[in-house]
Amino acid sequence: MSKVTVIIDGREIKAPAGRKLLWVALENGIYIPNLCAVEEYARPPASCRLCFVQVEGREKPVTSCTLPAADGLAVQTRSPRVDRLVRTAFELLLSDHRLQCASCPANRACELQKIARERKLKLRYGRFPYLQREPAPDDSPQTFAFDPSRCVLCGRCIWADQEVAKIGAIGFSRRGINRSVTTFKDVALAESPCNECGLCVKACPVGALYFKKTAESK
Amino acid sequence: MSTATVAEQYRALRQEAAAAVEALKQKPVVWVGTATCGVAAGALKIKEAFEQEIKERGLDVAVLETGCMGHCYAEPMAIIAKPGHVPLCYGRLDEGLVHRLVVDFLDGDDPGYEYALVALEPNDLFPTFSDFPRGVYEEKMILEQCGFIDPGNMDHYLARDGYAAVAKILEMKPEEVLAEVKAANLRGRGGAGFPAGEKWEACRKAPGEQKYVICNGDEGDPGAFMDRGLLESDPHRVIEGMIICAYAVGASRGYLYIRAEYPKAVERVEGAIARAREKGLLGQSILGSGFSFDLEVFQGSGAFVCGESSALVRSMEGKMGIPEVRPPRLAESGFRGCPTVLNNVKTFAYVPAIIMKGADWFRSTGTAGSPGTAVFSLVGKVNNTGLVEVPMGTTLRQLIFDVGEGIPGDKKFKAAQIGGPSGGCLPEAMLDVPIDFDSLQEAGAIMGSGGLVVLNEDDCMVAVARYFLEFTQHESCGKCTFCRLGTRHMLDILTDISRGKGSLESLELLQELCEDVRDGSLCNLGKTAPNPVLTTLRYFRDEYEAHILEGRCPSLMCKDLIVYYIEPKKCSKLCNVCVGSCPTEAIYTRDDGLKAINQEKCVKCDNCLKTCPVEYNAVIKLSPPSLLAEKEGKSK
Ligand SMILES: Cc1cc2nc3c(=O)[nH]c(=O)nc-3n(C[C@H](O)[C@H](O)[C@H](O)COP(=O)(O)O)c2cc1C
Ligand code: SF4
Ligand code: SF4
Repeated sequence: MSKVTVIIDGREIKAPAGRKLLWVALENGIYIPNLCAVEEYARPPASCRLCFVQVEGREKPVTSCTLPAADGLAVQTRSPRVDRLVRTAFELLLSDHRLQCASCPANRACELQKIARERKLKLRYGRFPYLQREPAPDDSPQTFAFDPSRCVLCGRCIWADQEVAKIGAIGFSRRGINRSVTTFKDVALAESPCNECGLCVKACPVGALYFKKTAESK
Repeated sequence: MSTATVAEQYRALRQEAAAAVEALKQKPVVWVGTATCGVAAGALKIKEAFEQEIKERGLDVAVLETGCMGHCYAEPMAIIAKPGHVPLCYGRLDEGLVHRLVVDFLDGDDPGYEYALVALEPNDLFPTFSDFPRGVYEEKMILEQCGFIDPGNMDHYLARDGYAAVAKILEMKPEEVLAEVKAANLRGRGGAGFPAGEKWEACRKAPGEQKYVICNGDEGDPGAFMDRGLLESDPHRVIEGMIICAYAVGASRGYLYIRAEYPKAVERVEGAIARAREKGLLGQSILGSGFSFDLEVFQGSGAFVCGESSALVRSMEGKMGIPEVRPPRLAESGFRGCPTVLNNVKTFAYVPAIIMKGADWFRSTGTAGSPGTAVFSLVGKVNNTGLVEVPMGTTLRQLIFDVGEGIPGDKKFKAAQIGGPSGGCLPEAMLDVPIDFDSLQEAGAIMGSGGLVVLNEDDCMVAVARYFLEFTQHESCGKCTFCRLGTRHMLDILTDISRGKGSLESLELLQELCEDVRDGSLCNLGKTAPNPVLTTLRYFRDEYEAHILEGRCPSLMCKDLIVYYIEPKKCSKLCNVCVGSCPTEAIYTRDDGLKAINQEKCVKCDNCLKTCPVEYNAVIKLSPPSLLAEKEGKSK
């Protein structure tokens, strides 16, 4: 693939033409918040709406996971408009996320905490009150559990299940505010085709899917 | 293999059809409007009544079905065409009137002018549609035949030069067809107004053997029924447009995506496809030209978001109807990954006339940027509801006050909600805005697919914004953060305001959140969902402030901010109707014989206000509720 030069925050970076800007930035140590991105998708889901950047010459921020690298493309990872959208998207996600970092298995390894740290956002319910939906957890598998009240609907677990492990135990179901990660027909994971390979748990950027603590690891 | 040329084959078909239609004209015909609007008003009973009465009298009269004429307020309607008389249209029919018409007109010779609504041909005796005030503004490019032909009988379409455009393009080069549609600057009627010619050209140029043409008949906007009307009343016109498109882009298969809640449209379109196939206008080598194209109906689940192009295609592929990022556009990678053209029902319906009459003809109507006509379903607080077609550039004022003949009662116009849940509310000061894609966008609304709801002084703008947002919030697919959660918080804030629990800060937050949902959402559902809120905030901020600062709903509509009160001065002690109408027995008789409401029990159902006889009109609504103490203090 031919190489092009893009300019991210003033830095000239060589990148394969057409590679999505998010990956170019991350690989070069420039952090852009993201949750749903998986580079191998033929079409990025672009659903978390966190990876906005400001493209020179364009008024509205665009998602970097869908922005192909082209010669001379110049972007800023921060601008007042980018910061505003990222803050709102982040606060919206938090408003549907049961925030209890101290007792969360993902504490300190959580992507939400990283975004908050990088962008100086508060890990507290802010302008948007907590929706308190708290759907029931599923701890039927032996080795791991799923707590949907922490799920940010990034879909990385589904990618791992369907495209990496090639099992097809889970997928998105329901619409609108009720969208969720479930098994086919909502059966417990233990009754689904899941073979507990654990790839989905490793893919989860937050504490929604987590390994159960075994006696030895305690 | 037939050796007749395309033109010869077409001429033969047309002649046969014309002869059949001519034969029909020799005897009297009753046409009953049986589109969904007619049926809802009882058209099937009316049709039966005609048939029954005619049979009883042993008359030789044909009773046929036709579609919607766009005068839905006057349904059920029928046209009587009797040789020797001008065809007359009768509205608001009931069985008694049917009896009179059969006895006096069909059996006798008295057309009963006093019952007729309009004549369908120019004459000296009776006015025609063009003599109506709305006739001055209306110009029918695509609704021309709706309500005047039998959609179930293809001869009627053929006899009026139907499919002539197909015969014509089959002898043109696809590039020439494309050039004509491009020159016409036909903009998509499904909402966004994207130029159809450009879309077709992109699809034509896209590499790929297999290409598809899809017609978007999802029509998810609440209150919109133009696409349904067209599909039910003149299905061949849409099919003809699709054949022309297929020829121009090089597609061999097409689908009409129609929501399953439109059974009548599905039935009529399927019937029309079958008949077109029989006549060699669909299928292998159309009219012997060597060009093959076939069509099928796909019944959609009816979700609003499935009307969005990528979601529609996904749902046709058997996946969840959820939008995807663009590019690639459908023209490059659409149905089953093949280049696909997706256009709205109305967009396709313009095409045959553009081919026959030319791009210049099309562009001579409407505005420079938005040529042609606009089709609206006019509903709400307006005298003449129904389907209307006016040139682009007609003002909202003309549409509402001339075509729609204004607001019923002595009520005052408040706003026009245009473009459905993705559209906006425009106030009186914007009535002179011309209706075209660009002017509406500038005003904060959108053309949408053409819903126009007229609102009057009794409509609370906070409640209206809430109503539309509730719809979009419910219809959000939930994929992206802004739409899934943003619309939910917007709705919560609006609900609080309508309950008098808002604050000026929450109003600011609402404005900011609307802007972020608009700028941050993945697809156009989320991007446009804030429009009803943003426009009401822009044009009716005082109403929001009244709710917040005074706990008052100026339109007396928000239940939490009103109380019902019986004015002692007006109440007739002798009447008891309100007492009986109250479902919770909240109304009691005071010692002095006057009625009064026990506020603790009142559930604000509005029954007492509706039932109190007009000569008293003693029940009123008060807002804010604190006015009650004042009133009661005085009356003691
Ligand atoms: C949420 C949503 C719903 C839509 N619903 C419809 C619909 O019911 N009918 C329609 O023709 N277009 C609808 N559209 C627009 C389509 O995505 C697409 O732009 C249109 O069908 C293209 O046809 P046109 O260019 O002829 O307008 C909708 C768009 C969105 C975002
Ligand atoms: S469980 Fe984890 S990985 Fe799966 S969608 Fe939710 S947050 Fe993403
Ligand atoms: S904007 Fe709404 S409907 Fe569109 S993808 Fe996002 S969640 Fe789905």
